[in-house]
Amino acid sequence: MSDNTKVTRKPEAPASDMALLPPVDVIEDAGGITLYADLPGVPKDKLNLQVEGDTLTIEGEISLTAPEGMESSHAEVSLPRYRRMFTLSKELDANKVSAEFNQGALKLRIPKAEHAQPRRIEIAVQ
Amino acid sequence: MFYRSVFPRDLLSELDRMQREMQQAYEFSPSIRGLARGGFPAMNVGNTPHSVEIYAFAPGIDPATIDVQLEKGVLTIAGERASVLPPREANATVHIEERFAGRFRRVVTLPDDADPNAVSAKYRDGVLHISVQRRQAAQPRRISIE
Repeated sequence: MSDNTKVTRKPEAPASDMALLPPVDVIEDAGGITLYADLPGVPKDKLNLQVEGDTLTIEGEISLTAPEGMESSHAEVSLPRYRRMFTLSKELDANKVSAEFNQGALKLRIPKAEHAQPRRIEIAVQ
Repeated sequence: MFYRSVFPRDLLSELDRMQREMQQAYEFSPSIRGLARGGFPAMNVGNTPHSVEIYAFAPGIDPATIDVQLEKGVLTIAGERASVLPPREANATVHIEERFAGRFRRVVTLPDDADPNAVSAKYRDGVLHISVQRRQAAQPRRISIE
């Protein structure tokens, strides 16, 4: 019953390499970076977040329920997978990333490392 | 298009995709309700002999605020998604802004045999799945030859 290949078109090239690019918002404030990503159709257990070195990878498998024998007639979400990568900069603390995933919307918070927090620099006038 | 597909390490297939999209854009006979592709929420439509299945990809929305209406064979999905961007006076920088925010409305014309009294809608993992049953009489029948 739950077969997502029927909802999305079959990929023509090596399946493992093809993915949709999810839209994101990236906002930076004094304490760190907040990233929002749209991954509709991905259940919580099919979402894969990974930080390796300075690369953040967001990946998710789409899982939709389709009735038996369904034929796709129009597909805008045409692949069963999302993937997007970002390069983190040095002042971000990759060990303290926190994530919320709710109804296909991902919110990631990547705080800045202690030493990189902004400090007001006093200007001495002589 | 809203969700672009990527083909890492394969420039040729990426060019091929662009060419296909260009062709679709020109050869597509435009509907009176505008270009069918693009927009929010992205949609997939499928058919079975018994039903029409519509999937609207609308993540992060309270399902109670989504308005789904079916009138004279036209299905309308409308609602609003709040922006996550900080107010202008906040001390924050927006580096990337790609996600949809604001009011949305998308319309799908259903086939003639769709039954407006047999519609079900579910919202799961940010996808609104609407299933419209087809009327019995319209289902294909095999006619035996005597």
